[in-house]
Amino acid sequence: MPFVSESVSPLDQAGLNRLAEAALAAIAGAASPEELGQLRRLWTGEQSAIAQANKAIKTLPGADRAQAGKNMGAVKQRLSAAFEARRQALDEAAASDKLSREAVDVTLPTDRQPIGARHPLELLQERIADVFTALGWTIAEGPELEAEWFNFDALNFGPDHPARQMQDTFFVDPPGSGLVLRTHTSPVQARVLLSRGVPCYVAVPGKVFRTDELDATHTPVFHQVEGLAVDRGLTMADLRGTLDHLADQMFGRGVTTRLRPSFFPFTEPSAEMDLACFVCRGADPGCRTCGGSGWIEWGGCGMVDPAVLIACGVDPDEYQGFAFGMGIERTLMFQSGVGDMRDMVEGDARFSLNYGVEI
Amino acid sequence: MLIPLPWLAEFVSLDGRDGQQVAAALVSVGLEEEAVHGSGVAGPLVVGLVADVQPEPQKNGKTINWCQVDVGPGHGGVRGIVCGAHNFAAGDKVAVALPGAVLPGPFPISSRKTYGHISDGMICSARELGLGDDHSGIIVLSRLGLDPEVGVDLIPLLGLDEQTVEINVTPDRGYCFSIRGVAREFSHATGSAFRDPALVSAPPATGDGFGVELDDDAPIHGRPGCDRFVARVVRGCAAAGPSPDWMRRRLTQAGMRPIALAVDVTNYVMLELGQPLHAYDLDGVAEPIVVRRARPGERLVTLDGVDRALDPEDLLITDSPTAAPAAVGAAVGAAGAGLADSPGAAPALGGRVLGLAGVMGGASSEVGPGTRDLLIEAAHFDPITVARTSRRHKLGSEAAKRFERGVDPELAPKAVQRVIDLLIEHGGGEADAAVTDAGTHQPPPVIDFDPAYPQRLVGVAYGAARVREILEEIGCQVAAAGAGGHASGAGVGVGPAGGDGAVTGLGAVTGLGAGTGLGAGTGLGAGTGGDGIGGWLVRPPSWRGDLTRAVDLVEEVARIDGYGRIASRLAGAPSGGGLTRAQRLRRSAARALSDFGLVQVLSYPFIGEGVFDALGYGGEDPRRAAVRLANPLDAAAPLLRTAVLQTLLTTARRNAARGLTDLGLYEIGLVTEAPAAPKRAAILGVDARPANEELAALEAAVPKQPRRAAGVLIGQRLRAGVWGPGRAADWADAVESVKVMGRAVGLELVAHQAVRAPFHPGRCARLAAGEIGIGHAGELHPMVAREFGLPEGAVAFEVDLDRLIELAPERVLARAVSPQPLAKEDLAFVVDRSLAAAELAAAVRAGAGPWVEDVFVFDVFEGGQIAADKKSVAIALRLRAADHTLTPPEIAQARAGAIAEAAKLGARLRT
Repeated sequence: MPFVSESVSPLDQAGLNRLAEAALAAIAGAASPEELGQLRRLWTGEQSAIAQANKAIKTLPGADRAQAGKNMGAVKQRLSAAFEARRQALDEAAASDKLSREAVDVTLPTDRQPIGARHPLELLQERIADVFTALGWTIAEGPELEAEWFNFDALNFGPDHPARQMQDTFFVDPPGSGLVLRTHTSPVQARVLLSRGVPCYVAVPGKVFRTDELDATHTPVFHQVEGLAVDRGLTMADLRGTLDHLADQMFGRGVTTRLRPSFFPFTEPSAEMDLACFVCRGADPGCRTCGGSGWIEWGGCGMVDPAVLIACGVDPDEYQGFAFGMGIERTLMFQSGVGDMRDMVEGDARFSLNYGVEI
Repeated sequence: MLIPLPWLAEFVSLDGRDGQQVAAALVSVGLEEEAVHGSGVAGPLVVGLVADVQPEPQKNGKTINWCQVDVGPGHGGVRGIVCGAHNFAAGDKVAVALPGAVLPGPFPISSRKTYGHISDGMICSARELGLGDDHSGIIVLSRLGLDPEVGVDLIPLLGLDEQTVEINVTPDRGYCFSIRGVAREFSHATGSAFRDPALVSAPPATGDGFGVELDDDAPIHGRPGCDRFVARVVRGCAAAGPSPDWMRRRLTQAGMRPIALAVDVTNYVMLELGQPLHAYDLDGVAEPIVVRRARPGERLVTLDGVDRALDPEDLLITDSPTAAPAAVGAAVGAAGAGLADSPGAAPALGGRVLGLAGVMGGASSEVGPGTRDLLIEAAHFDPITVARTSRRHKLGSEAAKRFERGVDPELAPKAVQRVIDLLIEHGGGEADAAVTDAGTHQPPPVIDFDPAYPQRLVGVAYGAARVREILEEIGCQVAAAGAGGHASGAGVGVGPAGGDGAVTGLGAVTGLGAGTGLGAGTGLGAGTGGDGIGGWLVRPPSWRGDLTRAVDLVEEVARIDGYGRIASRLAGAPSGGGLTRAQRLRRSAARALSDFGLVQVLSYPFIGEGVFDALGYGGEDPRRAAVRLANPLDAAAPLLRTAVLQTLLTTARRNAARGLTDLGLYEIGLVTEAPAAPKRAAILGVDARPANEELAALEAAVPKQPRRAAGVLIGQRLRAGVWGPGRAADWADAVESVKVMGRAVGLELVAHQAVRAPFHPGRCARLAAGEIGIGHAGELHPMVAREFGLPEGAVAFEVDLDRLIELAPERVLARAVSPQPLAKEDLAFVVDRSLAAAELAAAVRAGAGPWVEDVFVFDVFEGGQIAADKKSVAIALRLRAADHTLTPPEIAQARAGAIAEAAKLGARLRT
């Protein structure tokens, strides 16, 4: 290596420069921290020309010493800065090299943990419950295997009402047991009125049973949400407003609703709440969703029949109220386009997985 | 109910509305639309003149006719058409469906090769056009009284452009099982003028009519089974001949099969007015007719050919032959001993059963081919009596459907008159002057009505005038009661009518001229604010038996005024507290399972008995006690599940069969515990709140239905993949699922070794909070997995979610967080192989003293240097003090305490 062992006077400005240039060139060529260390020893170690020149300062006459010290300081400063810069450069290169070697293919599968889900009918019931609790209502429950009295008599279904025969209702053996699988969530109306009294604002999501064979639009086990509000001065306008609010929350603002006269033993006046068909908006006579009528049935409702209030010990002259029962399956069908009832009830995990844990 | 529009239009103007528009109008007053039907015929269907008929015998023995038919220049002139019928000849005009036409089926018509010819269309029979059952030959237009030009469109001429609206009638509106009722409702909906088809003048009873005795000795709820029976005789009528084509078409459109004149006319009038009728062969009925309840042992062969044992509650139409048929006589004789009356009299009066009143006739008195003289019956039967008989014998008939829902008691004489008129017009003959009208019927009750009630309940400010207008529109008679006038209501002319059927006005206020004049305006102004004072007395019309209470009238006001007028106002409930804690925790538990990788599903709760054996339940297992349904959908699954796994395992298999072989499922749902001594759930009264004791007893009779959470995991728990091999689901995943749920509700659950079906006896944990067990988890017994078609090694759990939530702490109390350093000590013990690791860990925890922060087992092994009946269990002990750094002597002391406590279990520290 040139100049390394060359002897230079600390007063030889040009010599010192040549020396520094040669060192800087060597440093710039250092390819690793190890090589850089060797160069540092070579160019600035005990035996180096720099060190020798530095030692020579004290042999100079006093008048020259200051200039010599200054010269040597400058050279050492240049070399030291060059070593440090090169070291940093090498470190950075090494770090970046490590990172690039560590790169992975992030498109590979990551789902080693199993994925779970809630059932959308359960999620929807919870969602509906949240709508009502936000209104200040409470959420009530009742048994699925129910006393006939709660399911029918207390709700103004007389002993000869057709629904009490073995057409729609699962009866418990032996006949005369007085027990049925509840055909609607409405028995909870009577239970709540009897146990909590009035005023009363409750919603009751739950499972109900009818003797329908499973097909694309029927299932023997399905879900309803019951609503019951009994207070002073409630009218059908309150009923309509409450269901409109629920419709807004379920289907988005601006969904068109209508009340249509109907009949239920436990409400008078009675109504069906229909929704304007989301699919065809009444424009397609062959629409499969609404059958061409432009309206789809959502559920039954009405003002609580005085007979129900009387059976539950509430004075119908002082209190009146409304009740409704909307189909959860229907709501889900309309809300998320379920085409076949069987998908909801057969327990196929894929149906739930599609929803995850939110609806 | 099927409503042919032209029929409806006879009584109310449709103003050009089509089927959809008519249906929409009916929907607005509460008649549900089912469908709008057309004829199913789409053109071209034209008049053809048969120019030539060439019979051509075929090898199969049939003879076909090769016809030349002129369908007019507009349709291609003369066409060759093959026809199999023989009831026509050249020169006849016939109905020709040309290629491109569609007949009901749908059956598209095209040119096609048949019997060696190109048949260029089809000559149609009545049945092919959906005009009835007649397929004996093709339609010859002249025989329908038609002589249209060749080539003319036949669709309007044959009424094939007529639409029929199908509506669903709710149980309270029986009067809408008639064109009359629907026309009236259409008028209410649209304001179109209504003409009542029942405004027929009928002669009053004469006293010398056909003998009828109403003899109900066992009324139900005190209401006689029959309170009116109108009968008249028609002689010399061609009762068995065909009815006119227009009538046959309407009956067909309305869904009834045309048969013969007498039957068709009674059906036609029933459809039009809503009054079921019966035509007897007069020669087959012996005076007097007796309407009575059945006697024990009596039988009847009904028109459908079924021989039925009658129930003493069945109401019968009987007659009185002098010599009763032997079979009936014997039956009556057998019962006779039990009758208080003289047994000898039984065969003479009402000895022969003619039919089940209001449900179905018997075969013996049916109108036959030779019938010329008829007895026409129109009666009014008690709805409950008819409903019970109809259901008891599983006999649904058009008559029963109407009587069950209530028939207008004023209709009977009008309907009979209308039948007689139609019979004579189309079959000839003459009606006897004598008229029977037996029985006494009650007019509808008068209702006390506060005219402000509709507004109070519905929230629409109708005003008294509008309320009155609507009530009168639906046929009510309205009178002001005046101050304190309730009791004296009769005085203003709306009191009960006379027992002889004095309420004559059908659909009008004619019987109540005084009522209309009772100044509504002035009397009501005062009434709107008060309770009853200044209220009204309202008598509903005879056809509205469903209107019995003031609230029923409110519904009428609301629906006629229109539900569309009801505003939307969000009820303001008192502020609430949201979900209960139990409801929140239930959500948390479910969410925790989902986040743990399990998928929530639902299954039906119905099981068969075989499932108990399949799950390996012992003979005395209480889970075998299940509630049984009296009428299950599937006879093989009549029981209600007593555990969720009973149905969830089947769901798991279905998923596996569909290719989801690595899966965790869970279900949250109720199970039913059958009580050892079932109590009957009483039918309590409804006239007032039942007593608390009654309610408590009722509650106690309802079986317990705890809420359970159950799960099953099959296949791989962690999937194999680019990251390496997977891991099969094992017992620990099942146990951890339950612990995850526990943690979600703030409860630390501990596993204890257990043996319980359906689990593997060595791989089953009982999960408990303290001493209280909440469920089990582990690997399914291999036999169970096999029985349910699940892979061996499948694991499962089932816990009582209600109890888990009950045990959850009411609130979570804070625990101070210590900043002091943690001391870690690991202890390896050799213990008996049978010792539960959790027991050893508990001993370590107990012995290590107050600074224990955590104790957990981190390694277990057997074999090697460990003796065969021993195992090594390594336990991590984590210590920390709240207020200082633990000193080495303190740590040593804790460690020694732990070792000493473990030694009590026979644990020896490994060195």
